Amino acid sequence: MTRVPVGRRKRRAARAAAAAAALILAAAGCGGGAQDDPNTVTIAYQDFGTFQAADDLFTKVKEEFEGQNPDVTVELRPIEAPAEDYQTQVNLMNQSAAEAPDIIYEDSFTINQDVDAGYLAPLDEYWEAWEDAGQYNEQADAAVTALDGKRYAAMLGTDTRGLWYNTELFDQAGVDTPWEPRTWDEVLETARTIRSELGEEVTPLNVYSGTPAGEQSSMQGFQMLLSGTDGALFDEEARKWVTGSAGFEDALAFVETVYSEDLALAPRDALNANVATLNNEERIPAGEIAISLDGSWVTQSWIESANKPWPEWQDVMEFAPMPTQNGQDPGATSMSGGWTLALGSQSANPDLAWEVMSHALNEENATKFAIEGGQIPVREDVASSPEFLEASPMAEQAAALVDVTHFRPAYSEYPRISLAVQEAMEAVMLGEATPAEAAETYAQEVEGIAGADNVTSGG
Amino acid sequence: MESTLTAAAPQRAPRPRRSARSARPGRPGIARWLVPLAPALFLLLTFFAGPILWTVWASFTNAALTGAAAADTEFVGLANIERLLTDPQFLDATVVTVVFLVGSGVVGQTVLGLALALLMQNRGAAVRTAVSAIVVGAWVVPEVVAGFVWVAFLEREGSLNALLDQVGLAPQNWLYTAPILAVVLANVWKGTAFSMMTYSAGLSEVPTDLKEAARVDGASGWRVLWHVVLPLLRRTIATTLLLVTLQTVQVFTLIFVMTGGGPGGRSTTLPLLMYQEALNFGDLGYGTTIALALLVVAGLFSLVYVRLLRPEEVR
Repeated sequence: MTRVPVGRRKRRAARAAAAAAALILAAAGCGGGAQDDPNTVTIAYQDFGTFQAADDLFTKVKEEFEGQNPDVTVELRPIEAPAEDYQTQVNLMNQSAAEAPDIIYEDSFTINQDVDAGYLAPLDEYWEAWEDAGQYNEQADAAVTALDGKRYAAMLGTDTRGLWYNTELFDQAGVDTPWEPRTWDEVLETARTIRSELGEEVTPLNVYSGTPAGEQSSMQGFQMLLSGTDGALFDEEARKWVTGSAGFEDALAFVETVYSEDLALAPRDALNANVATLNNEERIPAGEIAISLDGSWVTQSWIESANKPWPEWQDVMEFAPMPTQNGQDPGATSMSGGWTLALGSQSANPDLAWEVMSHALNEENATKFAIEGGQIPVREDVASSPEFLEASPMAEQAAALVDVTHFRPAYSEYPRISLAVQEAMEAVMLGEATPAEAAETYAQEVEGIAGADNVTSGG
Repeated sequence: MESTLTAAAPQRAPRPRRSARSARPGRPGIARWLVPLAPALFLLLTFFAGPILWTVWASFTNAALTGAAAADTEFVGLANIERLLTDPQFLDATVVTVVFLVGSGVVGQTVLGLALALLMQNRGAAVRTAVSAIVVGAWVVPEVVAGFVWVAFLEREGSLNALLDQVGLAPQNWLYTAPILAVVLANVWKGTAFSMMTYSAGLSEVPTDLKEAARVDGASGWRVLWHVVLPLLRRTIATTLLLVTLQTVQVFTLIFVMTGGGPGGRSTTLPLLMYQEALNFGDLGYGTTIALALLVVAGLFSLVYVRLLRPEEVR
């Protein structure tokens, strides 16, 4: 046996350690080989709060698809985060080729941004060859077509927003049902009646407001008001952001009224990031909120598979359209969004990913998702199926609002502008600014965000 | 290989003491510590210096999480810095950060920590253990938990309002009426242990005979503290302030949990603004610029301490 000199032995050890470190790093660098495996399809989706429908759907898809194709693995990547953080996490995954999901559960209004970033692959070829494509309505097609004219996703379902009200509380307060307010003033009058008749125990009118509730404030709250005025956030013809409109100030004035007259939740309850979950799971079933301006999907908090099922909702809750400000045409207003399935551009096997995707979109799964997710179906066969109509008593009323609905301006400045809207609402609801002052601050912020050239005032 | 090294040895002969002490033939000094350090150095450079350099680089680009800028990131020069200087949100956040830093770090933790350390001097072991356990307990609690504890204490149905109610005062919504005060208090509560411990250590090194001599000369307790103890503690104070400052400017979780930066941005410090810009809006370029600005704020404060408390002035 040869003796190895100490120095050399040490050097060997050092070299071995360096080599080991390099190997570990190399392994960490290429990371999750599974994503590059052409027989693995990863699906990233949101699994948060009361929203169980996506998790249920994809778990079912995984079981079925793997059963039919034993050599394929469907890898689920549920992300437990609120909508804004969900998007951030998916974007981070998309930045690394190894981590990028094959199928992305994606809010339709982020499609343009993600196409610009190169995260999504066009679906046109697959779509044209798909026998079910004809079932999708035009509105659903438009929402998933990017500015370059190509289709990047398939819509799972859409939604509308309106006034949910508790008929038992209305009876107690002596307000006639069915309730059909025709103007903002009628909504406020009813809320005042409920306040005076039912006292402190009941919140007459929930309107989401302020930054903690995020997009809920902006969309279910502010834009549901603004779209009922003659104002708008974005002028589609001039392709400019609008500031200083009378409608903007009026919408803020509505927020000021409900909060300053104590018709809405106390600010400490309203300025809670979980306000929607608390409302829909606790306050509304407990009879603590008379009217709530919210989405058509809130029923998913009450169905059997929910955290806290509330089967009595069908006898208690009714849905009324949100009227326009002064009852001007078309009389009612709504906002719509909708979630889609998009194909990741870094997918190792897009053909297989499409197979999984189209399986998730088939009639059976689309019906399941529409019922559990409180969605308005975009497939004709689902919308007219007795199974869906029976399971969703509010479906027809909610679907009728599609005729008067509006969409958010899906441009890259939108998230910042939405935050500026939430800040304006918060300033008004806390009494820190008058609607006029808040609108002025908003105008300055929008100019800073979009650039003075892309802003138009008045209207 | 061994032979080349041996051959190199004669060149190093002019340093006889060294080769005499070392049994092995001499090698260039750098290689001797570089080789064993290499793996560690490599990891450090990759995982520590790498991200820092990336942050500096990103702040000169329009790097983004999504949108066209994510596909091809461009070098934008000083555009982010220009934007920073004209951004009212940044100016507000800087003010809030300085208020938070001075309130909770410089004044709160330092004064309270020093006071506690002084009070605990010459006390019985039982008192010291009890006080240390309570103060250090707060320090050990994870930031998220500390945040929730303070929310439970300050919210409208929280314990503070229950106490106020007992004495007939109207309940306040502290997290909305005084968000800065709330987060400052929480951070003082959470962080005082650190300065208390360093001051305790510093105080134990102050020679007792100096203090006794001053007392014999007729100095009151306050004068001894002011003229004898504090000057000797100067070095400790400077170090502690420096460390506390660096810790305080980067507090994120506590504020995020308690107020989320609100209401209306009134408790948005630079780390929260950075999070909002980089991750909520996906604007990595601008977010990293804010990170650098944070570094500047911390740097300025550190410079002030180093100048004010220059140890050379103490003999």
